[in-house]
Amino acid sequence: MNSNDSLMAYVLRLADNALILGQRMVELVAAYPELEEELANANFALDYLGQARMYYSYAGDLEGMGRSEDDFAFLRDENEYRNFLLLEQPNGHFGDSITKLVLFESYYLLQLEALVRCSDTRVAEIAARAEKEIRYHLRHNTQWLVRLGDGTEESHDRAQGSVDALWRFTGELFAPDEVDNVFEAEFDGPDLFRIREQWQKNVAAVLQEATLEMPEDHWMASGGKEGRHTEHFGFMIAEMQYLQRAHPGATW
Amino acid sequence: MSEQEWPLYEVFIRSKSGLSHRHAGSIHAADDQMALDHARDTYTRRSEGVSIWVVRSSQIVASDPAETASFFEPAEDKIYRHPTFYEIPEGVENL
Repeated sequence: MNSNDSLMAYVLRLADNALILGQRMVELVAAYPELEEELANANFALDYLGQARMYYSYAGDLEGMGRSEDDFAFLRDENEYRNFLLLEQPNGHFGDSITKLVLFESYYLLQLEALVRCSDTRVAEIAARAEKEIRYHLRHNTQWLVRLGDGTEESHDRAQGSVDALWRFTGELFAPDEVDNVFEAEFDGPDLFRIREQWQKNVAAVLQEATLEMPEDHWMASGGKEGRHTEHFGFMIAEMQYLQRAHPGATW
Repeated sequence: MSEQEWPLYEVFIRSKSGLSHRHAGSIHAADDQMALDHARDTYTRRSEGVSIWVVRSSQIVASDPAETASFFEPAEDKIYRHPTFYEIPEGVENL
């Protein structure tokens, strides 16, 4: 794999992660229990969609075939998406959504901090902007996980259930493959082993504050980075892609 | 959804350095930190602010509308208290 292919594959993963998580959050718009949290969720979802656009646009430039952001987002098939399985999991209850965000954003923030220092200027610039957004998201969502875990008996039990259920999707975040390795070597990219160490420390501290147990690492699901998705994914992108598929080229 | 509503907070925003905080509106939140977050997400989405204050609405002591007459009217006919004899220098926007 040459360095341009690796860069494009890496950027596309960043884009797919942002898009798929953003889409999941969009599903919750107008379904939140409190107006203020509703706004926060919608703001956060828009942050992700904004990041996805910047990544897709760069991926299109790298590819040089004239594909637009919309082509990447709406006109690819299921097995062409490279997002983490964690992010496509259904929203479930509020605790599930918050836990998913805390687990992912604890990783994503560390990834962005490393990307700001990578040698590809455009990735570094996008990362610098995204880092500020995600730092705030993580602070907000962490506070929620602490409130839920350290709240009532019911909220504690449900939050623990969310952590236990989603834990098996966290292994994939730290399993480097060729794309990660080439990107790290050629572009001074993130070192996933170091990120994993820091992630475990940070997440352990949050869980402790939330009086939640950190699950042990057993079997970990993987495949998202190669385009093998869980059963929820097809339904999700069917809804997401419906408009562009039914009315090709439709614009606002 | 809980049947008990979160307490109400009043939100004050300073739109830029040098100006004072102005009342922007109110939000519900379970605690002070959440109130700051909610104020940020509700009232500064279009970069309206550089600083936010939140305060529990129940902590605000307000004047009584029934006493408006005795409270405010005595000031109305005392024009000598108004600084209307100064000219505001050109270029001063916020005095």
